Amino acid sequence: MISLGPHADFIVASYAVTALVVAALIAWIATDYSAQKRVLADLEQRGVTRRSKRGDGDAP
Amino acid sequence: MAVIDLANPTRFLNVVDRVLPWLAGVTALVFAYGLYRVLGAPDDYQQGATVKIMFLHVPAAWLGMMGWGVMTMAALGTLVWRHPLADVAGKSAAPIGAAFTFICLVTGSLWGRPTWGTYWVWDARLTSVLVLFLLYLGMLALYWTAEDPNRSARAAAILALVGAVNIPIIKFSVDWWNTLHQPASIMRAGGAAIDASILIPLLIMALAFTLLFFTLHFATMRNEILRRRVRSMRMMQARSA
Repeated sequence: MISLGPHADFIVASYAVTALVVAALIAWIATDYSAQKRVLADLEQRGVTRRSKRGDGDAP
Repeated sequence: MAVIDLANPTRFLNVVDRVLPWLAGVTALVFAYGLYRVLGAPDDYQQGATVKIMFLHVPAAWLGMMGWGVMTMAALGTLVWRHPLADVAGKSAAPIGAAFTFICLVTGSLWGRPTWGTYWVWDARLTSVLVLFLLYLGMLALYWTAEDPNRSARAAAILALVGAVNIPIIKFSVDWWNTLHQPASIMRAGGAAIDASILIPLLIMALAFTLLFFTLHFATMRNEILRRRVRSMRMMQARSA
């Protein structure tokens, strides 16, 4: 066990906040990705297609 | 495949789908090794163990500024070439840059209390980083309140270019003004002023954070391209209804 000295609370809090912010960012990105994929699949199932899929181009 | 081919959103998505799992894996490995080296790094002779906060604070500060750098490059792509993927890149970098700047501010504050005796002072370095964070919030508000991404793209690009003025101010604030914040100790003339036993873990953590930034950036860009596809399909659906 490493010793963090008299200011251990500040060190632990720094690592905890960083881990929390990064985890929140990853969770938001993963949730957003699932939501977009779900909506896209739903639209495609209903027969809606992008203009670029009808032609040759590749618009975003 | 030429690099220019990646400017095509569909090809970009294909590449991201293939590359992202590997990039995430390498990021996790470099983070694990970096944290292992941080645990083995010695305490500072003056600051003691609180120097361990530096391994988070410094990379977060660099990436907060790099995020705005990415947005500035993307702004040029939007204004000069009017490429939609440039706006996607700029918009996607904003929340990540904001998150790293937030980490920089919080860890700096937590490091300041035991080192300086205060959580916050209105010196040039701290204030200019706070301004960067507020600029990020302004950028996010601009993007998230605009209904049409094509209309917000130009305004966001101009804000990115104006905000880029703040980056050299952050970098040189410790030289131009008398600040409580220490001057540059890594990127400075004459080489780094940090012992290798602390510098090497710091550079490994910086690499891990940089890989994390690009992993998250590719993932948010993929989400944004899908969101724009959903929007365009809904508009097609509304027109045909």
